[in-house]
Amino acid sequence: MNRRLFLTGMALCAGGFGLLKSVMSMAMEWPKALFELESEPDVVKALFGDAPVAESGGVSIKAPLQAENGAVVPIKVTTTLADAESISIVVEKNPAPFITSVNLQPGASGGLYSARIKMGQTSKVAAYVKAGDKVHMAAQEIKVTVGGCGG
Amino acid sequence: MAFTTKMKVKTGEGGHEVLCLVKHPMETGLRKDRKTGEAIPAHYIEIMTFKLNGSTVAEAVLGQGVSKDPLIGINVKGAKSGDKINVEWKDNMGETGGTEATVK
Repeated sequence: MNRRLFLTGMALCAGGFGLLKSVMSMAMEWPKALFELESEPDVVKALFGDAPVAESGGVSIKAPLQAENGAVVPIKVTTTLADAESISIVVEKNPAPFITSVNLQPGASGGLYSARIKMGQTSKVAAYVKAGDKVHMAAQEIKVTVGGCGG
Repeated sequence: MAFTTKMKVKTGEGGHEVLCLVKHPMETGLRKDRKTGEAIPAHYIEIMTFKLNGSTVAEAVLGQGVSKDPLIGINVKGAKSGDKINVEWKDNMGETGGTEATVK
């Protein structure tokens, strides 16, 4: 059994059990299954279920157009949506597209999340913001000249 | 191993921007040691919790995709001078860390 098959199997098992309940619940358990998914649509489905996803002007990404070093790419996501519940960062072409997310407390925290992420190659970077029943997103292509995944 | 955690609170528009820097290797588990050829075990921060005066403001989920020495920023609303902002993190090897800062 090769590694890919094994991981796919793991992801499927996780999909059967873990992902049915909300992975993003406030009782924080590290969502292991999310990090094992290998494609962006799977990640979005695992995060938000069937909630409608739409590009929105209420979400903006501040990131370099070109990253000289894929190991450190600064990303800053801001949203003007007042009821933002979570902000997630997904890199389409990374081996594990789900990078990081933050759960916000509407009223107590503003719509901002910044992190430095690793990117294996030039890819689309998307930010998903959950607000109410809807998911708002923004995306940007970042060119990577030197990869940051693996040695 | 102990990892240093630093926090900075900046006053900005509509709240305070909180930046947290942890000196942490954030190993993916994919890298190999150049000399021995052995895989370096994965070691990364999983969860980071920000609290304002003891109540949770934001909880971040991190993984292998976050860079070495992660710098995580969030925004806290309604913090007043003298309020305490606290951050705690936990990694996949069960190590923890954190720090506290007072809003100026």
